[in-house]
Amino acid sequence: MEVIRTPITGTVWKIHVKAGDEVKAGEEVAIVESMKMEIPIVSDYPGNVKTVFREEGDFINEGEDLIELD
Amino acid sequence: MTWEEDLRRKAARIAQGGPHNYHQRNKEKNKLFVRERLRLLLDHGIETEDGKFANEAAEGLPADGVITGTGKIHEQTVCFIANDSTVKAGSWGAHTVEKMIRIQEKAERLQIPLLYLVDSAGARITDQIDMFPGRRGAGRIFHNQIKLSGQVPQVCILFGPSAAGGAYIPAFCDIVIMTEGNASMYLGSPRMAEMVIGERVSLEEMGGAKMHCSVSGCGDILVQNEEEAIQKARDYMTYMPANYTKQPKKCGAQHPAIATPRGKTIEDIIPQNQNSPFNMYELIERIIDEDSLFEIKALFAPEIITALSRINGRVVGIVANQPSVKGGVLFPDTADKAARFITLCDAFHIPLLFLVDVPGFMIGTHVEKQGIIRHGAKMVAAMSEATVPKISVIVRKAYGAGLYAMAGPAFEPDCCLALPTAQVAVMGPEAAVNAVYAKKIASLPEEKRQAFIEKKRKEYKENIDIYRLASEMIVDEVVSGERLREELTSRFNVYTTKNVTFSQRKHPVYPV
Repeated sequence: MEVIRTPITGTVWKIHVKAGDEVKAGEEVAIVESMKMEIPIVSDYPGNVKTVFREEGDFINEGEDLIELD
Repeated sequence: MTWEEDLRRKAARIAQGGPHNYHQRNKEKNKLFVRERLRLLLDHGIETEDGKFANEAAEGLPADGVITGTGKIHEQTVCFIANDSTVKAGSWGAHTVEKMIRIQEKAERLQIPLLYLVDSAGARITDQIDMFPGRRGAGRIFHNQIKLSGQVPQVCILFGPSAAGGAYIPAFCDIVIMTEGNASMYLGSPRMAEMVIGERVSLEEMGGAKMHCSVSGCGDILVQNEEEAIQKARDYMTYMPANYTKQPKKCGAQHPAIATPRGKTIEDIIPQNQNSPFNMYELIERIIDEDSLFEIKALFAPEIITALSRINGRVVGIVANQPSVKGGVLFPDTADKAARFITLCDAFHIPLLFLVDVPGFMIGTHVEKQGIIRHGAKMVAAMSEATVPKISVIVRKAYGAGLYAMAGPAFEPDCCLALPTAQVAVMGPEAAVNAVYAKKIASLPEEKRQAFIEKKRKEYKENIDIYRLASEMIVDEVVSGERLREELTSRFNVYTTKNVTFSQRKHPVYPV
């Protein structure tokens, strides 16, 4: 089980995946907006999305869980 | 036995290092014998060796566990210190320390680079009175390193452990190359941590190569094996002069890694939308010579790129924001990484090129608690004090103190260039309009708000237009991406006669 965390504090702008989706290693799964920049969140691992912890528009702190893969 | 035979026999025994089982253990870990490492590192092998017979009278301590001497790298004479891990795990006794001190003194007298090939378990506790506390005890090694720093290049290749006090050897070198799986550095071993503070962790977690090269920033270059480590050290030396009074060697003019006619232009790479990421390496490849990128701390704080390179044969240090990682925002680690690299280049006459696309320093409680202000100050101070030729190129945005940290016009760069895509401001249009007109926006009826915001953003953008800044001579020249390499070549050529002293004072009170 792998957890994708945000590397930067900001607002969840877009989430491209939902529970059950398959993701590849290197695939962009979400975009966090911070400092007016779009920060792509990329999965380092392949897997299936188990949980999406946040919704678009949520504030998120650096290092917090965004998406869990199984 | 003749005198001659006796000498040969003794020297041959010393050259074999420690007992067979230690050699065997090294082999199992894919570690080379120290003399083999030196053979690979040096053009023609060891040329002079001092203290070979150190501790010859003692049993089982050939060369007292360290080889010191001189040889050549790319025909430049260098000094070296190389631990022999087959001799009591490369531990330091009294003569080990004295040998290290003497070769450091030699490097200073001769003003030539010094390489540390580290593979050592640390002090021999049984010898501590003779090697630890005194005037020529181990402390002197670090004192000498600090004195040598900025005089001659000091390179550390870490093949094995660098433990406890010994962990400061890499810390005081200019660059630290670590082999994955074998290299480690830590003040207290996992066994000691368990005893003293009750923490249970693996050696890799405590001080492994990958951790240090990606998390702590104590390592600069992570490699997979010893041959690669040695090759990296040799490559690094091609960018360095012998000492601070000399210039790095210039090569013949080369082609850029990617010639524009064959691929996308710089303008093609940079997205129209200031907020969208792009890969700064793609831009770098279009201005530097082919195969000339030598990156330092590639895995640590990758939102900034720090790399040695060549532009038309001339060595140039690049400090570039990387918008594809964390938006290229500056964090405490980003600032530390850049500050360190800038001082390295400035020490050895390596001109600096800043490629700017920076939304600013990170804000929020998280980074304030980490002391982003004092970390950021380190970068600004290092850049400000650097007297080598400095060119800043505003590639895209340069917002807030990000402009300052990246050699903005106030910090005496030799020139500030801008691409047509550049935008310089205290903050971006979105943030600025909110900051200035928040009350006004709130007072407007909802249906009118968006139109008002758009109008103000447009006005703001016109106000920070790059030609307006050029018109006010804030930037010295606006250059097309296509001409950037050529422009940089000419300007670095022109600036070679720069000879500036920043100040006559003793030293600044460093922001740390």
